[in-house]
Amino acid sequence: VWYRENVCHHNPEGSMWSLITTPGEVVQISCGPYDLLWATLWEGQAIVREGIDRNNPQGISWSIVESPSSENGIMHVSVGVDVVWCVTKDRKVWFRRGVNSHNPCGTSWIEMVGEMMMVTVGLNNQVWGIGCDDRAIYFRQGVTPSELSGKTWKAIVSGRESDRSQTGSSTSLLSAGCFFTDDIQNQTSAIIQGDADTSSDTELASVPMSLANTPPVGAAASSSGNSTGNQTAEIRANTTVDPLDSDQGEAAVASTNDEKANLEMHKPSTNPKPSAELQWTNIDLKEAQKHPIVSISTYAETSSLSSLGMFSVGAEEQYGADEHPVWAWVSGGGCLVDLHSPLKWFTVPSGLSSSVQSLSLSITPAQTAAWRKQIFQQLSERTKRELENFRHYEQAIEQSVWVKTGTLQWWRNWKPHKWMDVRVALEQFTGSDGMRDSILFIYYMYHEEKKYIHVFLNEVTIIVEVLNEAKHSFALYTPERTKQRWPIRLAATTEQEMHDWLSLLNMSCCESRRIQGPPSHHAIWSVTCKGDIFVSEPSPELEDGPHLMPCDQMFWRQVGGHLRLIECNNRGIVWGVGYDHTAWVYTGGYGGGFIQGLASSADNIYTQSDVKCVYIYENQRWNPVTGYSSRGLPTDRYMWSDASGLQECTKINTKPPSPQWSWVSDWYIDFNTSGGTDREGWQYAADFPASYHGHKTMKDFVRRRRWARKCKIVTNGPWLEVLPVTLWDISIIPSSDADDEEAVALWAISDKGDVLCRLGVTQQNPAGTSWLHVGTDQPFTSISIGAFYQVWAIARDGSAFYRGSVSPKKPAGDCWYHIPSPQKQKLKQVSVGRTSVFVLDKNGNLWYRQGITPSYPQGSTWDHVSNNIRKMSVGPLDQVWVIADKVQGSHSLSCGTVCHRTGVQPMEPKGLSWDYGIGGGWEHITVRGNATEASRAAVHDTSDENSAVSKDLEDEESKRKTEHSKTPLMVSESQELDRNAVNC
Amino acid sequence: MTDDKDVLRDVWFGRIPTCFTLYQDEITEREAEPYYLLLPRISYLTLVTDKVKKHFQKVMRQEEVSEIWFEYEGTPLKWHYPIGLLFDLHASNTALPWSITVHFKNFPEKDLLHCHSKDVIEAHFMACIKEADALKHKSQVINEMQKKDHKQLWMGLQNDKFEQFWAINRKLMEYPPEDSGFRYIPFRIYQATTERPFIQKLFRPIASGGQFHTLGDLLKDVCPSAITSEDGEQKTQVMIHGIEPMLETPIQWLSEHMSYPDNFLHISIIPRPTD
Repeated sequence: VWYRENVCHHNPEGSMWSLITTPGEVVQISCGPYDLLWATLWEGQAIVREGIDRNNPQGISWSIVESPSSENGIMHVSVGVDVVWCVTKDRKVWFRRGVNSHNPCGTSWIEMVGEMMMVTVGLNNQVWGIGCDDRAIYFRQGVTPSELSGKTWKAIVSGRESDRSQTGSSTSLLSAGCFFTDDIQNQTSAIIQGDADTSSDTELASVPMSLANTPPVGAAASSSGNSTGNQTAEIRANTTVDPLDSDQGEAAVASTNDEKANLEMHKPSTNPKPSAELQWTNIDLKEAQKHPIVSISTYAETSSLSSLGMFSVGAEEQYGADEHPVWAWVSGGGCLVDLHSPLKWFTVPSGLSSSVQSLSLSITPAQTAAWRKQIFQQLSERTKRELENFRHYEQAIEQSVWVKTGTLQWWRNWKPHKWMDVRVALEQFTGSDGMRDSILFIYYMYHEEKKYIHVFLNEVTIIVEVLNEAKHSFALYTPERTKQRWPIRLAATTEQEMHDWLSLLNMSCCESRRIQGPPSHHAIWSVTCKGDIFVSEPSPELEDGPHLMPCDQMFWRQVGGHLRLIECNNRGIVWGVGYDHTAWVYTGGYGGGFIQGLASSADNIYTQSDVKCVYIYENQRWNPVTGYSSRGLPTDRYMWSDASGLQECTKINTKPPSPQWSWVSDWYIDFNTSGGTDREGWQYAADFPASYHGHKTMKDFVRRRRWARKCKIVTNGPWLEVLPVTLWDISIIPSSDADDEEAVALWAISDKGDVLCRLGVTQQNPAGTSWLHVGTDQPFTSISIGAFYQVWAIARDGSAFYRGSVSPKKPAGDCWYHIPSPQKQKLKQVSVGRTSVFVLDKNGNLWYRQGITPSYPQGSTWDHVSNNIRKMSVGPLDQVWVIADKVQGSHSLSCGTVCHRTGVQPMEPKGLSWDYGIGGGWEHITVRGNATEASRAAVHDTSDENSAVSKDLEDEESKRKTEHSKTPLMVSESQELDRNAVNC
Repeated sequence: MTDDKDVLRDVWFGRIPTCFTLYQDEITEREAEPYYLLLPRISYLTLVTDKVKKHFQKVMRQEEVSEIWFEYEGTPLKWHYPIGLLFDLHASNTALPWSITVHFKNFPEKDLLHCHSKDVIEAHFMACIKEADALKHKSQVINEMQKKDHKQLWMGLQNDKFEQFWAINRKLMEYPPEDSGFRYIPFRIYQATTERPFIQKLFRPIASGGQFHTLGDLLKDVCPSAITSEDGEQKTQVMIHGIEPMLETPIQWLSEHMSYPDNFLHISIIPRPTD
């Protein structure tokens, strides 16, 4: 701790620093306008300077004040005239009782309501804080000389204009679809070198987050004298911040010399929002713009962690570009709040004249008296005359029935966003055509005024359970809200209550759309990252026709069960794979899970279970005394956290994803983390968040290791287990018009990487009879069988293979042909449609195989189609659907979004652009059942052309078959043979 | 003190007790009981009489049933006029309940429009709203609305949902603060005594001098016969929603508070009862 000498009105910069010795390592200091000075120690205690007065502004000695709780040290302290507030490491806020000039230490701590990142005290003891959950700025209301601890926290509406001007340059880049570029996403263009694991990507990626919001991290680090100084951005912020930020403390020290000077110095900054933030962001943005691709990809990467890590569908808004600012630091040290003037910080200034106002004209009272009075009088006379004796008459319009009302919580749509209690009513009525329709009303209070929003359920496209903030919540989308990436979010107090609502709302949606019974053979299936299964009936206009149906209008309904992926064909054969790699076959039922009553089939629903891992991270920082320890910087992430570091996740407090899940193992160290680990499972890095590696170097100041714990869900749905082999990937051939009895080709990859071929799969027996092993010389990860028995696969090393001579008579084919990868990219998925073959590499690039002809089915070259792709499905019409990594909506960013390639034509198989559908939070989609073409003239050309192709292909195949059958070697199915065949 | 918003409620929830009887010449299998119903003043006959239709069809032979139409004392009732207007125009000052005769035959083609489905009513209703907004805001407000807002207006009327309707309709009742009123007032004046369908002209709510035009100003301008007579005594009643607002009432206020859901001020001019 240093004291600046001779700071006064005429010499505000002072003359020199003198060192003040301290009893421990000080990490943060706060100086009040008068003689109060507190600081926090590394060990979590506070120290208080005693003996400060006019003659001795440096004070005499330190006293130590222990933290209010033994487990959680003090993280941040802020003092005013005669008040002290602190925040402990568990984010609890404390007020110090009994502080005054004679007793600067006070007497005891009182815990206050609310959790804060930090607090700051102003000139007359007014308090601001940054909320722990929403990172909004709060003002403590009701702080008066008689009640220094105040009454409640109230959020300050932070100005949008300044926001926009700061982040405008980055948001403008984030318009819908901006993530899809023609650039091939190379490993070098991302910060993370050769690190495809998203969870660790995201760790690194919150650097740009700090662009907007977290510069004080650097500032705090510097004041602790322990700056690791690894991030240029932070240092830059730090240097800018220093004069401004430290002026709170510094100038306050000066105030002990000269109170007047202090007050004057602070007059300009009466705005509680620290103006310093403007500068931080500006500077950082400039820095970021030098590498626009880097900053954007990483920026968005950050948000993906929320949907991947915790798979919360709506959680991306926390990071969305167009979101309310996530504040990291507030300083009110120079702010004098007049107790008697009303504060205008809590409402958004409205520029629009309210409609209510315009309803009442300004008319003089005299006029009003006469004509207005008469109208009121006559109206009540009329009511009396026309109604009084006839109340027993039947009403012409039946009031609709209130099917269900209740109290839920609603993620309110104004800022700061948070959950608020609302009354909800689902009102069902019979339309003029006898069709039942429903409206969901959500009644809420806005500035003490009753308001409501409502949704026609026939406009709802999907209702999806969201796992978020440990709430039983669900999201409701309409096409409009899909565009915004901003669903209506509601939460119930119990899981049962949520499921009741979900079941009823789902049923009402299906009813108003007249959808019932099992999904058709053409249905499009998808799976969320939470493992929930959804199905949508495609209309012919989805793929073809003069007016293509936008895919945000698709209606999705849920099917019970829990799966990681799902594959189908157009004969109604559907298989799924769980997180525990169990293979499941669809029974033809519908409903299950929480779906009850008529919306669920009576039979064909069976118990289903799945097992997956929950991961938490143990984080440590190196310090010179003890080496690596669980004592981080006050600004560090939690020592036990999720992958992002934003949520504290200890072994004890981490719960299974929902009450449906239960633990089935204890915590164990996970050594299979990307980036590698040392023998104890640690990964090292220069700082949080960064890219981690499995060995310690001199530059590594932090380390982490991943702990895993298995949990199990037991649910039910129209699924039956296919024993005994556990699977990684599946593909089912889209059928031609073959008869029902014919066996359907189904290929799979076991979870060990073996290629398998299922025999005896028919429409009557979709589970098939037995597995046929297909030899490979290395483990495989992805497989796809398209029309005309074209089988493509991806090996674990990222290369592609084509399987020759697969036919109904020879279901396993004969040999693998190695296909070189595009531009040395490592591939991860392949999908084969009617004639198109697409692959996806580990950097999210989608490639089309050019030059495939019946005589040369391996094709010639790869054509880049798009980046920003996580998963894809090519259907029997050669339609291309993907799960896009990120899509920017008008309100929020979504990660894991269903997208449809438009403009795909026989002559234009790569299509033209993307149409955005449901998301984020989606993991998998299969469109391989949808073979329904819209009927129109052009389609005939297509089919003619394709049948010609298919004929050629078949001819070629039979030719090749006869050729091959001549060579006896090719017939047998042996490991050696395959080894030879590879690379041919 | 009563709030102006209460006027909106009173207008919306106005009901006319009605007794429906089947026309004597209709052939029935058994005698048809009269049917009693509270009709919403702001709605349309064919929109709210499904029950009436069902009731009388029960006693009729199927082959005799064709399009339903209504008549009051020999006058076919136009379904495309709001019910309240029909009552004010033809039946005010008569004993309640309002007695309407139900017909299934001999549809009066020259007097009435066909109404084969509720879509026809919806189309008519929306056309009126659009016309009204063309007068009030050069169609700017209605054109800026989404399709679902239009739907909500209609559904609000159809299902008698005041809140639902007014959540959208309030936008149609706004005007720029600098204008202090609509461009033109959407109104229609109906006279019981003439064959002319109705009077509709361009009329501004604000006089050139800046003061509000009143109901009296409007009538003087477009229908002077309604208020002037030789002996100075007013021989007519000016009715809106079953009441007689004072002629001093500003027309802008009336338009905002006493328009029908179709956004028109439907004014009935009827002879003053002589007793």
